[in-house]
Amino acid sequence: MSKYLLSAGDLSRAQAVELLDIAEGMADVNDREIKKLPTLRGKTVVNLFFEDSTRTRISFELAAKRLSADVINFSAKGSSVSKGESLKDTAQTLEAMGADAVVIRHQASGAANVLAHSGWINGAIVNAGDGTHEHPTQALLDAFTMRKRIHGKNSLDGLKVAIVGDVLHSRVARSNLLLLNTLGAEVHFVAPPTLLPANPASWRAKLHYSLDETLLVEKPDVVMMLRVQAERMNASFFPTEREYSRIWGFNADRLKTLKPGAFLMHPGPMNRGLEIDAVSADSPQSTVLEQVANGVSVRMAVLYSLLSGERSTDV
Amino acid sequence: MSARTVLSSDDIDRAVTRIAHEILEANTALQKSGTSNLVILGIPTRGVLLAERIAKVIARNEPGTDVSQLLGRLDITMYRDDLATNPTRAVTETHIPAQGIEDKVVVLVDDVLFSGRTIRAALDALNDFGRPRAVKLAVLVDRGHRELPIRADFVGKNLPTAREERIRVQLAESDSENSVVIES
Repeated sequence: MSKYLLSAGDLSRAQAVELLDIAEGMADVNDREIKKLPTLRGKTVVNLFFEDSTRTRISFELAAKRLSADVINFSAKGSSVSKGESLKDTAQTLEAMGADAVVIRHQASGAANVLAHSGWINGAIVNAGDGTHEHPTQALLDAFTMRKRIHGKNSLDGLKVAIVGDVLHSRVARSNLLLLNTLGAEVHFVAPPTLLPANPASWRAKLHYSLDETLLVEKPDVVMMLRVQAERMNASFFPTEREYSRIWGFNADRLKTLKPGAFLMHPGPMNRGLEIDAVSADSPQSTVLEQVANGVSVRMAVLYSLLSGERSTDV
Repeated sequence: MSARTVLSSDDIDRAVTRIAHEILEANTALQKSGTSNLVILGIPTRGVLLAERIAKVIARNEPGTDVSQLLGRLDITMYRDDLATNPTRAVTETHIPAQGIEDKVVVLVDDVLFSGRTIRAALDALNDFGRPRAVKLAVLVDRGHRELPIRADFVGKNLPTAREERIRVQLAESDSENSVVIES
């Protein structure tokens, strides 16, 4: 693997499977009494978060700490960014302090890419969400969760995954599409036309404009609900929240139509009552908390892969 | 490149059987009878296979042995000291028997003892699982060139080698045959 994880699409099938296998080993560590490995002792990981986050930041922090790395958490609020410091200066400051890896979350699509190819930072770079572009570790942890729930250790070949809701603003949907295609799953996007990207035909996914029909006809193995990203909505994409929740939200009635063994995912944070109701969010079919737990293992695998091993090729 | 077979399939069987008996013999000095205080941990990849063979011999000779409590595996990848310089290695499963290693006699099993760095890593890894009563080391081949003050308690065969020679251990479970070959 190179020293960057910027897009889920950069991973070959072999690399993705290797990461998931390593994550499996890391999951064992999380069951131990002493949940710590000495692997990254002496390395420094900086969590550079320009956008709010609960689980991703904590998950990366925990992952780095379980591997004995030193972690510095940086959030734009309360830093010199609010005084107008640019990304370049912030990055160079971190470089001068000797960061071995930077985990970046930024509201601008492509921020991680800029960081990786500008030469400001020599360390490893992980994209932890850039605008509406990508969130590769989320895709990896989703794939890991699917693999654990359905196939045991095998690949995701032939798995039918319906991704429902605000696809337009969702970096989770993009990264999942790329990774799931790499791993052989079949991706269906289910959304109102206003919430699909401008040129959906170029995407390797089947499109549906009705949730109920998709559940009935396609009988997906996995239904992934996306968060309605109100903070990115600068126009009206649907008439009212009540209508959205009625037509596109997952609820107890739709839960009954899932085929046996199928399950419901959500990347979090959930808007309970909007895209998912409490009954289905807390049902046994829901993997929301498993996804969070798996996130730590997957991020340990990512940090381990990026921070150990030879670095001759990609510099 | 020349290859020379130094241990045949029968030689390996005999060495494994002897090591198993030596482990039992050494254990009776610590405990009157039974193997309830023993834990045998193989180090991936081939150490695991050898540990399985050793456990089988012990179970055959010591009635009442519960192999599930005796046998485990210890992945040491994350404890290596050369992670920064070598290509990324995949992590494999670690399995410690349910009884744990607290106050047990742990026998680590590996195929070749060379620099001793793997065993150092294994000792670090064990630390995270508890405090064994004692830790012993069984290896099929001891080829010398130690870089750390580590020695084996049970050795299948001492093989003086040159540093640049390669020792290839093949076991039927993972390779096509049983043999130990020196390549130079």
